[in-house]
Amino acid sequence: MQWEIVIGLEVHAQLSTHSKIFSGASTAYGAPPNTQACVIDLALPGVLPVLNKGAVERAIKFGLSVGAKINSPSIFARKNYFYPDLPKGYQISQYELPVVQGGTIAIQVDGAEKIVRLTRAHLEEDAGKSLHEDFHGMSGIDLNRAGTPLLEIVSEPDMRSSAEAVAYAKTLHALVRWIGICDGNMQEGSFRCDANVSVRPRGTEKLGTRCEIKNLNSFRFLEKAIDYEARRQIEILEDGGSIRQETRLYDANKDETRTMRSKEDANDYRYFPDPDLLPVEISTSWIEQVKSALPELPQARRDRYVSEFALSAYDAAVLTGSREMADYFEAAIRELPTQAKLCANWIMGEISAQLNKEGIDITACPINPAQLAALLKRIGDGTISGKAAKTVFESLWNGELDKNADAIIEAKGLKQISDDSAIEKIVDQVLAANAQQVADYRAGKEKAFNSLVGQIMKATQGKANPAQVNAMLKKKLDG
Amino acid sequence: MFNASLKQLSIQLAGKKISSTELTSEFLQRIKQLNPEYNAFITVNEDLSLAQARAADQMIAAGQAGPLTGIPIAQKDIFCAKGWLTTCGSKMLSNFVSPYDAGVIERFNQAGAVNIGKTNMDEFAMGSSNETSYYGPVKNPWDQAAVPGGSSGGAACAVAARLAPAATGTDTGGSIRQPAALCGISGIKPTYGLVSRYGMIAFASSLDQGGPMAKSAEDLALLLNVMTGFDPRDSTSLQRDVEDYARDLQKPLAGLRIGLPKEYFAAGMSNDVASAIDKALDEYRKLGAQTVEISLPNAPLAIPVYYVLAPAEASSNLSRFDGVRYGHRAESYSDLADMYRKSRAQGFGPEVKRRILIGTYVLSHGYYDAYYIKAQKLRRLIAQDFAEAYQQCDIIMGPTTPTVAFNLGEKSGDPIQMYLSDIYTSAANLTGMPAMSIPVGFGDKNRPIGLHIIGNYFKEAQMLNVAHQYQLATDWHSRSPV
Repeated sequence: MQWEIVIGLEVHAQLSTHSKIFSGASTAYGAPPNTQACVIDLALPGVLPVLNKGAVERAIKFGLSVGAKINSPSIFARKNYFYPDLPKGYQISQYELPVVQGGTIAIQVDGAEKIVRLTRAHLEEDAGKSLHEDFHGMSGIDLNRAGTPLLEIVSEPDMRSSAEAVAYAKTLHALVRWIGICDGNMQEGSFRCDANVSVRPRGTEKLGTRCEIKNLNSFRFLEKAIDYEARRQIEILEDGGSIRQETRLYDANKDETRTMRSKEDANDYRYFPDPDLLPVEISTSWIEQVKSALPELPQARRDRYVSEFALSAYDAAVLTGSREMADYFEAAIRELPTQAKLCANWIMGEISAQLNKEGIDITACPINPAQLAALLKRIGDGTISGKAAKTVFESLWNGELDKNADAIIEAKGLKQISDDSAIEKIVDQVLAANAQQVADYRAGKEKAFNSLVGQIMKATQGKANPAQVNAMLKKKLDG
Repeated sequence: MFNASLKQLSIQLAGKKISSTELTSEFLQRIKQLNPEYNAFITVNEDLSLAQARAADQMIAAGQAGPLTGIPIAQKDIFCAKGWLTTCGSKMLSNFVSPYDAGVIERFNQAGAVNIGKTNMDEFAMGSSNETSYYGPVKNPWDQAAVPGGSSGGAACAVAARLAPAATGTDTGGSIRQPAALCGISGIKPTYGLVSRYGMIAFASSLDQGGPMAKSAEDLALLLNVMTGFDPRDSTSLQRDVEDYARDLQKPLAGLRIGLPKEYFAAGMSNDVASAIDKALDEYRKLGAQTVEISLPNAPLAIPVYYVLAPAEASSNLSRFDGVRYGHRAESYSDLADMYRKSRAQGFGPEVKRRILIGTYVLSHGYYDAYYIKAQKLRRLIAQDFAEAYQQCDIIMGPTTPTVAFNLGEKSGDPIQMYLSDIYTSAANLTGMPAMSIPVGFGDKNRPIGLHIIGNYFKEAQMLNVAHQYQLATDWHSRSPV
């Protein structure tokens, strides 16, 4: 039987506010335990939450970026359960009327675009951390993280492969960073994925029983966990078994998922509107204000790169992979407006390869867009060959000669010979010295042509403009 | 001195007839002497009180005194006060010394008032007799066989027995007004949102409201001036212009339309209460007011609605008391679940447990719509009844309680009977309207009777005027059991 995998993702994006969602304590990462937990985070008797406007604003930003409906009023609800790192015994979250309702995300898979629908995105507070080591059989509680604002982004079960799920997660990751609501740091837990996975016979409508996989803190783990889980479910079904709805944990070391808790153990969270927080009224003027401050979104930029610069959809998608890369590209083409494709090739090629090699981000790139443009200009106008350009690029990267491309070309003597009369002279010399190959070519041996080009390039120490050499040689031989 | 009004005390302090330190010492001495009998206070801390008194004396000497500077105020043990044991009447918090001040405490501190001690109360404010307190019941100073009412029973007793010039209370379903009525004092629950709930340990967040308890309406006005005001730390706190609640005290009552809800003058009210209320209404007619019969058809639903919503919120509000970070933790336990179970089983009394169970039940999957959502709808209907009633009258009156104070132990085994003590009072919490109780005589066994005055939103100044004019014409409020 052919099986179809059905995936929906729940992503927790930590919002980039300086203070917590319901208290004034700092959200900075990595402080000593419990030094960033105020009386409100500790849930002392009598304390009350006050909503951080910046968190709501970030949620609105996200909603507008995915074409969602912004609910007003939006309601905060209590999700009741006991756990030591949940100080109030309930988490303030949203149940009915989340800030963000609906919306879509466009993803690129194998060169094709696919639309993934969003169910909702709601605001909630993070819990603290339970620490089970170093306490001699006891547990420690660190409440620094308690109350950190999260946007939980829930998709519809619209993805059909781990590749689609990863593409969705990456697109979402790029988007939240693009609009500046989340730093996207997956190691520090700023962007966490849970995957709902089920399988069904291909061609059928009814969704299979799903399992939720928690704790997927990298795109690679997301992919591997989904693949493992789909295989596991298919095997069970093919053996005549049935899937039990449960929450599973992905173990990266063993590359497997295992049961965390079954549906029967699930809490009744007894959601109800939090009486300490009033319904949040989000005015149209506030929405308009947020909208006007939004940057141009990745999708809009992709479309513009295709229509304005005639880039392929693939190039446009790669360049808009992050706002920083797109901004770099735009800064480069401002210097060199006629060479968009050349800029794109170099940013996606040499620059990206070198950044990857050194493990740094484009914001830390030693060559700035103007410096790159100065180099590419010399390729465009024929001053240097593509091969020589790579030498210049290396020098720029290493910071030679104030990162001035022209100075490097000059100093290294990389200018190509583009003077027709100079080239003609050399061509004539080579033709005269290689009568046999000329005869071969004229007898129909195409190979002889390349050999003659080689001779000419050798005679100019590779500096002759290859296009001109080709043209001149052809003219002499055929003419 | 123990019978003096706040205004009289303030004049004596300002005129250096007495210092705050002397005044505070006198009250501390009286508490030491009489509290073992009444059990009105859970905590007295002479050092902290006298330090505040000395600071108040300096304020007075520096000419910076306000109307309450140097005056001792008893604080209900539901208000967190920095450095004070703050128990909420529960074993669960029997070891909790607050590291911070509640909004209300801050306001009294800024006014230079002296915290004279933390008063006894029903555990987590859940009760109408003060019998659910972990620290034992409070006695009614008029008759020690009687309950003082609750949950602010310690506060009511302290004022009635002249252990403090005034006190704070909180009112979720009648917890200021019912004990005020049963102890023969005056108390007001202001409009929801006027008094900060920050640092006031939550019972039912959408119903809880702090307020003053004192010997007279005039004293209540001075206390309200200090207690009310916007607090950005409480999202339900209202941002309004500051008002002087004493500004209308002297207005004549001619033309005042008093609404008498027929549902509040029906079966259930005892004869002694009915007759005292009738006499009070006669007095109001003499003062120029007219009475009109009104109807609040949904008012009888207030108790069932209240006993769905209040426990629902309470079940969640009390989840933080888990023995993890503060408060009572069982001495031995086998694992995490066992720690929760034992700590909470030991730390909470039976009434608190009952309400947590009710609240958990009504919020549970499958019951939520039938109970919680239904109750919220009825809550709106009750509010509509009041809105319509205020088309026909300016203020609403009735009995605060159906009977005078009952005996200790009389209802403690029968929760339903106990809950009916709040039959007239809980509607004001459900609607958020201001309501108060003033003494209007004595009934069976010479126990006090309270008149319930319900106002429209933000009509506190008018209500205090209505109460004050009555108190100018009568002397029930100046009767003292001691």
